[in-house]
Amino acid sequence: MQVTINGRAHQLVGGVSLAQAVALLTSAPSGVAAAVNGAVVPRAAWVSTALAENDEVEVLTAVQGG
Amino acid sequence: MDDPLIIGGEKFTSRLIMGTGGAPSLDVLDRALAASGTELTTVAMRRVDPTSAGSVLTLLADRGIRVLPNTAGCYTATEAVRVAAMAREALGTSWVKLEVIADERTLLPDPVELLAAAEQLVADGFTVLPYTSDDPVLARRLEQAGCAAVMPLGAPIGSGLGIRNPHNIELMVESAGVPVILDAGIGTASDAAIAMELGCAAVLLATSVTRARSPELMAEAMRLAVAAGRLAFLGGRVPRRHLARASSPPAG
Repeated sequence: MQVTINGRAHQLVGGVSLAQAVALLTSAPSGVAAAVNGAVVPRAAWVSTALAENDEVEVLTAVQGG
Repeated sequence: MDDPLIIGGEKFTSRLIMGTGGAPSLDVLDRALAASGTELTTVAMRRVDPTSAGSVLTLLADRGIRVLPNTAGCYTATEAVRVAAMAREALGTSWVKLEVIADERTLLPDPVELLAAAEQLVADGFTVLPYTSDDPVLARRLEQAGCAAVMPLGAPIGSGLGIRNPHNIELMVESAGVPVILDAGIGTASDAAIAMELGCAAVLLATSVTRARSPELMAEAMRLAVAAGRLAFLGGRVPRRHLARASSPPAG
């Protein structure tokens, strides 16, 4: 299935969790937030959140700014 | 002298809030933050870059500096509320420097979207520190919306033009029941001192330090200027006089 992660299309085999999608980008144990189709998902729910075809995932962290 | 800055019930000794944007490296930033004496520092929220090395978060944690996420780059209330929610989840803080800008050329705040975002974030339990224009009426509306501080610009972000409308800043300070924090436009130490002499509770700056020839030296200059300006405000400047007044006794 295809999901978009931080604006890039990824082909993933079915049954992928949000935790697995985030792990494609970072292994940081904290300081990261994820949203699926605009809705923030708490870290504790990443493993239990299954992704679906055409989901849009955003994975953000803090960078220098302001 | 015990003169803490209190924002949202939290106490700070330093009245200099730093931004982290523009520093040439994390190492330079680290030394500048140490020299500034800051206890509260902003970061931006961006997409994770798997190739980036080092983290500003680690640096802040090691220095014991409290992190203040911003919503830089947001143009609408909806975007800003979403970024604030992401920041709260990522960083475990409900504090947010709310930025809703109108256009890329000036980076001036969009007052309509800003107030809408502030109202929503306060309702969602955030401690909201809005970056606002130097408009005393808007500042009052933001305070009424429940913001923990108001942060008027002195001049556009990164411009270093100083405080373009000191009279408006004074008007805000006179009527505000929350801290007025001068945010944006500081070019050099005297600008920071003037902000504090006008009665601002704190100064927030980044570019004037991070893009200085020596960020570490300029950070120390800002620390001293903010402290000096605060003392001058508390000490009370003498009235301006048209004519001279001898400071030595005329007789004897």
